[in-house]
This record gives sequence, structure tokens and C-alpha cells, in this order.
Amino acid sequence: MPTLATVVTTGIPLWVSLIQDIAYLVAAILFIFGIKQLSSPRTARRGNMTAGVGMLLAIVATLYIQNAMSVVWIISAMIIGSAVGAVLAIRIQMTAMPQLVALFNGFGGLASVLVVGSEYLRRSNDTLLPITLDQGLTMGLSILIGCVTFTGSMVAYGKLQGVIAGRPRQWPGQLIGNVLLFGIPFAASVWIGYDNTQGWLLLVIAVLSSILGVTLTIAIGGADMPVMVALLNSYSGMAACATGFILDPPNKALIVSGALVGASGIILTSIMCKAMNRSLANVLFGGVGTDDSSGTAGTTHHDDRPVRTVDAEELAMMLDGVRKIIIVPGYGMAVAQAQHAVRDLFHILEKAGTEVYFGIHPVAGRMPGHMNVLLAEVDIPYDRLLDLEQCNPEFETAEIAMVLGANDVVNPAARHDKSSPIYGMPILNVDKAQTVIVCKRSLAAGYAGVENELFVAPNTLMFFGDAKKTITELCKALTEQ
Amino acid sequence: MIASLNVACFLLAQDTVQTSRIPLLIAVLFILVLASLYGFEIITKVPATLHTPLMSGSNAISGITIVGALICIIHMEPGHWLVTILGFLAIVFAMINVVGGFLVTDRMLQMFKRK
Repeated sequence: MPTLATVVTTGIPLWVSLIQDIAYLVAAILFIFGIKQLSSPRTARRGNMTAGVGMLLAIVATLYIQNAMSVVWIISAMIIGSAVGAVLAIRIQMTAMPQLVALFNGFGGLASVLVVGSEYLRRSNDTLLPITLDQGLTMGLSILIGCVTFTGSMVAYGKLQGVIAGRPRQWPGQLIGNVLLFGIPFAASVWIGYDNTQGWLLLVIAVLSSILGVTLTIAIGGADMPVMVALLNSYSGMAACATGFILDPPNKALIVSGALVGASGIILTSIMCKAMNRSLANVLFGGVGTDDSSGTAGTTHHDDRPVRTVDAEELAMMLDGVRKIIIVPGYGMAVAQAQHAVRDLFHILEKAGTEVYFGIHPVAGRMPGHMNVLLAEVDIPYDRLLDLEQCNPEFETAEIAMVLGANDVVNPAARHDKSSPIYGMPILNVDKAQTVIVCKRSLAAGYAGVENELFVAPNTLMFFGDAKKTITELCKALTEQ
Repeated sequence: MIASLNVACFLLAQDTVQTSRIPLLIAVLFILVLASLYGFEIITKVPATLHTPLMSGSNAISGITIVGALICIIHMEPGHWLVTILGFLAIVFAMINVVGGFLVTDRMLQMFKRK
């Protein structure tokens, strides 16, 4: 009986390990209830706290057993980690949330790798509690997933923060290289399962899978980041789950929680892929946006139809007496930090009796739900935020659709142009509104590198400039009117 | 998931190797599969507007690795420095996830208001 063996070798009385297991069970239940409460914004905050209580319980139950020597290490590590985590959480700007989530994903992966390393070293010489075949194998796999998560998340962080160029990088033999970078660590994991004295294999796995994390993520373009961030989120859960298997006895708290996070990430990934009408493989290896010629210049406008523009005063007059306006925000709003100006616009229009809605595309921004958080930050009521299905029928009855720093998600070519790389992607049909205002810095193509025919449509007016500056001007013109 | 399936296959094929672990692994596999399926079920119900808090909140939950790190460092033999250092770092990073994850999620969620 492995459980009994543990009890003997670690010197934990049976009743203590029983209480710990029950505490882990309660923690798992609290996690599940917490996530359940996330299904409505009204209960979501309580849900997060419920999950937090579960975590506290799991930690306290584990700490029940310690020896005087380790306690100093444990307490100081927990203080350092808590302090860093708290500072990051409190100081981060809402526009930088994708970076923070990427960073946290990476830390989750790294923590798993460190636990595996520590556990291997601890038990490789332990005759009472030797590493079993399945544990050896899972140690390898856990390091594989953990390292991919860590380095992948660091690259994602770099791209989102602007430290690394956002465009996708591709090179010949990339796919074969990735297959090898996955295959060799996998084979090494099997080997270490059979012969757990080969500790160096874990280092090989760590190095190769770290490279794999970089090559996988660096190939992803900026607009595809929501998929990658969701996928890395899933990996960090899987890494925790795999780590649960290497402990003896297998730790159910890690397995259940890791499975929940893994499932969550997979669902978000598939939602993001569906929202772009692309397969995960296409997102990971397609390198959409590679065509540099369209993204760099700023004016790559090849259509000879005239572009009509509008300035703040004219637009303010147009907005007078409008019954319904739908604003479609995109990454441009986040970059320009324009959400506060948007709030002012929202209040001015509401006061004038206009119904204001926001149409949010699932992949707008750089992570799932990015736009919703920014608009929540400035107190836009969440019942004014419409998703794709809710929003599209509304455009028919809207006098004005205002595109604010979004591009590919409103490109009508996705509906009819079979040669377009974004063909088939569900879009927000802003062109169905009476008038479309596109607020944008230039006519440059979006991240998919595709030109947008919306800009030259007969019912479109371009409102050029930085989103924050132009919306602030518009608000001023509206109040002076 | 794939990992554990592989494990099961290996053990079955090997027959003589550590067969005593099979019942335990099967039990844990049950836990894993059911937790994943239930996870899919409840997470599908989270509305798009809360997807970012869902990610940061689940990030905090994946900080459960801290339990693994604690077990490691609590049970080590005295004087094993490398184990201590790795375990120490694991606790630090997992704790960043736990505290940072829950705090930032709370910060976001308190902003979501109805009119």
C-alpha cells in the first residue's frame, strides 16, 4: 500500500494525512463553487473569495506538519512571494492586464518545474520511497509542460509589453524543429520512467522544452495573442496537474485544481479559435500577419475609391439627436488608454438621450475579455456590453456605429472575399449601420495584414487620430454645442 | 490526461513492473477525468464579459502547486541544499500566483457594475 508506505517513511500519523486529504477535498469543492459563481458578474467577486478560502485551507492543512528547520524557509518564501504578488496585482494598469496574466501563467509553469526538480533530488536517493515508473515518466512530462509554459509565457509577455516585436516569426524547418523539440523530451520522459537514476535527462528535457516554448510563441502574431494566452493558461493548469502525479501519494488537490484550470484554458482557447474561424493548428503554425509589406508603411491604401473624413465638430453635430449608437472598441483603445475618454463620451450621449451600446468581439484586444475589463474599469454598466450574437442584429437599427481602434474584427471582406486571409471569420457587421465612423490613426492594415474595405465604403467616415485625443476632442465639441 | 493514459498503458503492458500501483493510478485517473469534465461543464457557463477575471482567477488556482512545494520542503532530509533552494523558489513563484492572482481578480471584479 503506497499510502501506508508514505505514512511510515514520512512519519506522518495516519489521522493527520486523513485530515489533510479531507481539507484538500473541501478546497477542491470551494474552487468549483468559486468558478461556478463566476457565471454572473453579480456573484463573481464572492466566487473569487470562495476560491481564495479554498486555497488558504489547502495551504494551512499542508503546513500542519513541519519541522523547525524548514519553517524558516517556508515562511520567508511565502512572505517574499506574497509581497511580490500583491505589488504586481495592485500596481498593474488595466490596459496591461494581458501581460500580467501571461507573467502569472509563466510563474505557474516555473513553480511546477521547480517542484519536480526538488522532488526528484529529494527522492532519487530515497530507498524507502523510490521513484516509481509512472512517477519518473510524469516528472519528465511535468517538466516538459512546465518549461513550455514558462518560456512561452515570457515570450508572450515580451510581445505584449512591446519588448519583443509583435509580428510572427517564421523560418524554414520550424515545424520539424518543433516536432523534435517535443519528441526528444517526450522520449526522454519515457526513458527516465524506466531508469530513474538518469537525472541528467531531466535537464535535457528542461532545456529542449524551454526552447520549444520560445519557438512556439514567437511564431504567433499580435492579433492571435488571445489564443496563445488562453492556451498557456491551460498549460499552467496541466503542469500543476502533472505535478500532482509525481508526489507520493498522488496529491488530489493539485490534480483536481490543475484539471479545472486546464479545462478552463482549453475552453477559452476553443472559443477564441471559433471567433476567428480558424483551427488551433492554423493559429499556432499559420503565422498570419507575416506579410510585412502591409503592416509597416502606415498608408498602404491601394483602393482608389475616395476616403471621406470627418472632424470633431462635424461629428458632434451628427451625433445630435441620434437614438442609438454602437461603439466597437479594439486594441487601439487599449493602446491609447482611451477608456476614460470613452466613459465621458458615454455619459454625454446618455444624458442627451442616446442609447449607447458596446459591441465586443471575442478576440478584440490581446486576451479573452480584455475590452470588457477596460470598460468595466471606467464604470460602463456591463449590460451595455454586447457580444457578437447580441450585437449584430442591433446594427440594422443603429444610426451610428463607431469603430474605435478595431480593424480586422469589422472587416466586411470576412463575409464575402474568399481570397482574404480572414474570410469566414465572424465579424461585427458595423457596415449595416446607417453611418459608420472609424476612429483610427491611419489607413494602415490591421494585425492580420489585410486591407479593410470598410474604410472606403460609401457610408463610412474616417475620424483620424489617436483614440484618446480624438474622443476627448469629440466630447469637448459635444459639450460646447 | 494523455500522460496518465500513457502511464496506465505502460504499466499494463509491463505487467511485472509495479503492478501494485495500478489500482491507485486508476483511482486518481477517475478523479482527473471527472474533474476535467466537470470543469468543462462549469466553465462553459462563464460569460464572455468575465473571461479575463476567469483567466486570472484560474491562474491563482493553478498556484495550488504551492502545496506540492510545501510537501517537498517539509519532508526533505536536513542539509539537502539543492532541494531546499528549488523548493524555496517554487514556494515563492507559486505564492506570487496565489496572492497576485486572487488580488488582481478581485480588483477587476469589483469594477463590474450594473447600472
